[in-house]
Amino acid sequence: MKSLAELQAIKDRMKDKVVLREGTDGIRVVVGMATCGIAAGARPVLNAFVEGVNNGGLAGKVSVSQTGCIGICQYEPVVEVFESGKDKVTYVKMTAEKAQEVVEKHLKGGNVVTEYTIGAYDA
Amino acid sequence: MIRAHVLICGGTGCTSSGSKAIQEAFAEQIEANGLAEEIKIVQTGCFGLCALGPVVIVYPDGTFYSRVTPEDVKEIVEEHLLKGRIVERLRYDDAGAAVPDELGNVGLNDTAFYKTQNRVVLRNCGVIDPEDIDEYIAMDGYAALGKVLTEMTPEDVIKTVTDSGLRGRGGGGFPTGFKWSLCAPNKAPQKYVVCNADEGDPGAFMDRSVLEGDPHSVIEAMAIAGYAIGATKGYIYVRAEYPIAVKRLEIAINQAREYGLLGKNIFDSGFDFDLYIRLGAGAFVCGEETALMTSIEGNRGEPRPRPPYPAVKGLYNSPTVENNVETFANIPQIILRGADWFASMGTERSKGTKVFALGGKIEHTGLVEIPMGTTLRHIIEDIGGGIPNGKKFKAAQTGGPSGGCIPASLIDTEVDYDNLTAIGCMMGSGGLIVMDEDNCMVDMAKFFLEFTVDESCGKCTPCRVGTRRLLEMLEKITKGKGTLEDLDKLEELCLYIKQNSLCGLGQTAPNPVLATLKFFREEYVAHVVDKKCPAGVCKDLLSFSIDKDKCSGCGMCAKNCPASAITKTDYVAPGHKLPSYEIDSNKCVKCGVCMGNCKFKAISKI
Repeated sequence: MKSLAELQAIKDRMKDKVVLREGTDGIRVVVGMATCGIAAGARPVLNAFVEGVNNGGLAGKVSVSQTGCIGICQYEPVVEVFESGKDKVTYVKMTAEKAQEVVEKHLKGGNVVTEYTIGAYDA
Repeated sequence: MIRAHVLICGGTGCTSSGSKAIQEAFAEQIEANGLAEEIKIVQTGCFGLCALGPVVIVYPDGTFYSRVTPEDVKEIVEEHLLKGRIVERLRYDDAGAAVPDELGNVGLNDTAFYKTQNRVVLRNCGVIDPEDIDEYIAMDGYAALGKVLTEMTPEDVIKTVTDSGLRGRGGGGFPTGFKWSLCAPNKAPQKYVVCNADEGDPGAFMDRSVLEGDPHSVIEAMAIAGYAIGATKGYIYVRAEYPIAVKRLEIAINQAREYGLLGKNIFDSGFDFDLYIRLGAGAFVCGEETALMTSIEGNRGEPRPRPPYPAVKGLYNSPTVENNVETFANIPQIILRGADWFASMGTERSKGTKVFALGGKIEHTGLVEIPMGTTLRHIIEDIGGGIPNGKKFKAAQTGGPSGGCIPASLIDTEVDYDNLTAIGCMMGSGGLIVMDEDNCMVDMAKFFLEFTVDESCGKCTPCRVGTRRLLEMLEKITKGKGTLEDLDKLEELCLYIKQNSLCGLGQTAPNPVLATLKFFREEYVAHVVDKKCPAGVCKDLLSFSIDKDKCSGCGMCAKNCPASAITKTDYVAPGHKLPSYEIDSNKCVKCGVCMGNCKFKAISKI
């Protein structure tokens, strides 16, 4: 090791790989992954979120995890976004493409993609 | 793309309760479910809650699974990792006390055990893979060494450590910065940094866990110390009984050498430093700094008279700084976060945090790190979860065989160096053994004396002969043959040994006796005057008897008595059909097996 820059390079390369373990106070994305969710295609949605967060430089700010059946199976795949101090946002009938859009507009931009939320379907 | 990490404890506690098999089961199940691309398995160091091991944590949600068996793994993988359903029956929820945070997570830090801990030394234990230097670097590892070598002079380093108020964590509490400043000006062709990892107190495993969970923090700190005092060589003296710690240290040293973080011209600063491991063969006296150095030199581990102090003439007669594992593990954080940050934790004269190994009669056996000045009550009742089986707290032994006990009446003592010294105890290295009403304090003192008699190196007479005489007097008392005069003699001999022994072993060996005499004198008196052991431990003072009216005559006691001391009588108690039993006190060996076997609580000991 000859310079601090070398050390920093290793740190930068590794940071995204361990940041998962630090927990986050930021946004938490939860994908419903019960039998109904998986059958409706939740897996590609989950993967799209994981990739979107990691490639979009959001690791450490946003955590992506799964949960079981939320109870609205007809709307699966269901994705919930929790952010402290704000109301929970529930996206329904998600696809990988919609997930990418949510990453860009909501997670990065801070704007809820209203047309995919459960409210839009209820109405 | 990895979306979740499964952290499996690879510390000694969890390894011995089978965490290796769990790790293999996870690898198998994750593969079988096609999740290998998404889930990463990480073996870590100790999480601290050893009583509930083997421990598994799943991130990002931070779900804490306790007492996992290989059979449970399939369910965790299929339910949690595949479908996202937490396996509630395995989740540790602190008996329902842990509540989800506002994001819906129930993490480790929501439990009473972790909530008020402040992890500085243990910050990476249970978080990183100790066998991967990259993970340590990701957690700011070696940044402190980089800062020291590129921005600071050796004087700056010593000043920072001095200002932080860090004191030696091995037990003595000597100011670390001051120790370094005594060694730095001494000129010699070769100077040394030595790490004392010869943790020998019964019940103590703090240093072991640091070496197993975060070995690089010690390596980095030793290089920093080397720079500060002008040493280019270091030795880690670690017990051979710590195979996992030794293996991870070896891996860590090799990785650091590969990266050029040990060796020549580190960070292109012109500073050279390298490290070597020396294995201790398990002699307690080798934890004493001069005996440890004698042992590294290849000689029989015996202490040397001081002065000259190691700062002047230490290892191979060269100026040497020797610190304990936990002391070193604090150093990188002090350099990175500053002396003021460190000094903001703790009390007036004891700064920072202290790691304790909780053991004995306590619900959560394990490793905790708390700020100095935390009350003993908080450690035992809140973090430790209290005493099992509804028993009453009696005393806590700090400092193992060199320390003393803190009685229940002083449970609100704020734990730091000076407060413990003031009540006649010592901080010690961090073993904290909790005792309840069923522990006999005379017997406890005898236990520690047996240990020091075994471990005395024999070099000086006060320790070699004195501790043996002490033990004989304690044996006499526990056999009911002691007199009140013996108690005075006991005290006198204790003080003599303390004043005249050559090294710390002998100087502190009488402490368990002195402390129990001070706080539990009435228990000694009960042994010598009433010939009774109030806690019911000392066998020679016990007798077992059967309440003939409670005895149902089932015969379980007689069947299980190893000495055939229990026989049937002619008496049939009212309400029972079979004749009762009685114990022949001449044959009874007082093992207590009958009492454990009696379903009718008819047997008592007095």
